[in-house]
Amino acid sequence: MDYSQFLMMPQEIGLLVVFLLVFLYDTFMPSKTLKGLPLFTTIVFGIFTIFSFCPVHVQDGMAFGEMFESNKATWVMKNILNIGMFIVLLQSIKWANSDFVAIRRGEFYELMLLTLFGMYLMISGRHFLVFVIGLETASLPLATLVAFEKKYYESHEAAAKYVLTAVFSSAIMLMGLSFVYGLTGTLYFNDIATMVVGDKSLLLIVALAFLIAGVGYKLSLVPFHLWTADVYQGAPTMVTSYLSVISKGSAAFAFFVILVQVFGAAYAPIWEWMLYAIIIITITVGNLFAIRQRNLKRFLAFSSISQAGYIMLGVIAANPVGMASMMYYILVYIFSNLAAFGVIAVIERKTGKVTTDDYNGLFKTNPWLAFVMMLAMFSLGGIPPFAGFFSKFFIFLGAAQTGNVAIYVLVLIALINTIISLYYYLLVVKAMFIRQDECAIPTFKSHWTERAGLIICALGIILIGLVSCIYTSLSDITTSLTNMFSMI
Amino acid sequence: MDLTLLMYLIPSLIMFGCGVYGFVTRKNMIAILISLELMLNSVDINFVVFNRYLFPAQHEGMFFTLFAIAIAAAETAVAIAIIINVYRLAKNVDINQITKMKF
Repeated sequence: MDYSQFLMMPQEIGLLVVFLLVFLYDTFMPSKTLKGLPLFTTIVFGIFTIFSFCPVHVQDGMAFGEMFESNKATWVMKNILNIGMFIVLLQSIKWANSDFVAIRRGEFYELMLLTLFGMYLMISGRHFLVFVIGLETASLPLATLVAFEKKYYESHEAAAKYVLTAVFSSAIMLMGLSFVYGLTGTLYFNDIATMVVGDKSLLLIVALAFLIAGVGYKLSLVPFHLWTADVYQGAPTMVTSYLSVISKGSAAFAFFVILVQVFGAAYAPIWEWMLYAIIIITITVGNLFAIRQRNLKRFLAFSSISQAGYIMLGVIAANPVGMASMMYYILVYIFSNLAAFGVIAVIERKTGKVTTDDYNGLFKTNPWLAFVMMLAMFSLGGIPPFAGFFSKFFIFLGAAQTGNVAIYVLVLIALINTIISLYYYLLVVKAMFIRQDECAIPTFKSHWTERAGLIICALGIILIGLVSCIYTSLSDITTSLTNMFSMI
Repeated sequence: MDLTLLMYLIPSLIMFGCGVYGFVTRKNMIAILISLELMLNSVDINFVVFNRYLFPAQHEGMFFTLFAIAIAAAETAVAIAIIINVYRLAKNVDINQITKMKF
């Protein structure tokens, strides 16, 4: 065996080192020092994040018998996930040291790092075995994380719903994979791509439908979204924010690779129309159900469903612009959603209030929290100076570049839905700034780690749209991927 | 009599259908978990049979099955642990009773 191929996976090895350090600290340090474990994890992970940004380590190529691919796009995608993970870790420090959670904080951080490792495998795997192992490594520890609040019944109800539907969807996806294997006799992405050229058989259609259902569950696209709101509401807020951005972002990237690189030849005859229908109902149903939610975590769950529909516009575009704008969208979405969840988590930890009405008059008592929440809502809704506008602009641009009239109609429907979504995003802003309430949430001071996380998010929302080199470099990377788009 | 590919595929598909039916209709969470196992096992049969009959030169399907069995075992362990926790808090594993969060 050639051991030098481990050099192809510097980020995976770095993450495992972080995991081992956390594990050793948790196991062998005296129990008095364990209070420092959350901060230790965050600092080590922050160092790892900065270190993995060094482009010196990137090598293009395949490893492990072409089962694992490393290129600029996977490197950037992993870095985007790292940024989000760092913010989540930073915001969870205070929560992890609270009374109920403190005894199990070690497990919390170890499981979080392991799920991130699974997502790395999903992104880099070029064989369906590696992909499935990554998917399961990412989703099974998440089920235990959803059940983390041991005293709260809702947490366990959410976990039961999550794990049963997760296994159901992965069984359906594996069934689809077995059909693909029966058709082509291989599970390598590249080999399948050449085998399905010109194939329009019924078996391939069924296999693709099953695959889209399985991965669509992870992304909470609409016919497979019913778990989302309950799980987001019941899970601890830190886990919810992790589920809504990191898990979704990695699944979106893997979905793009599977559909475009592997089944690119089946684009026009088969999956374009499946995805077309899914996108329309995902955006619309997500928006319409978000309007009637009063619990902010459920509200953000439905908003994240409709955002997933926008992310899928990048997949249906199936061109370099679509891929670059999808990655850019995920980056912006990480900052905006983590800002919103960060504010919700701070207020929930202090007061236990999570409904929209509780936020009445928040601006009078906690102006900075209200300001960050407003930035997040504006960015999610896509109001111009903030990053959310630019990400929506680029993703519509990518879809419109296909030049297909049907996709123009799709972009129009998405645009109309953007206007609908402004209504419910601004309802939150209205509650905070315009409505008054006698018993508004009292003024309080949040912990410095939570404030640091919110400041990073706010800077991201304001700056990412204005710093134009980010999108340009993403687009340079995706246009250089020759293998990815050869089948379209 | 020689066994053909279809003689394996049809029972496997029936198993999968039974699993989906059980998942939708059963009210007990343990029964739902059993239905899920049925679905996962039918996938394993599919992989092995395709490998044995269509592509006997390589053993990719067999290896995939080995990993799929391990994954299914891990899934069952996590699901059982969560169901036990639900039982402790709600004294019930009937899904009609576990409906605190809706819409």
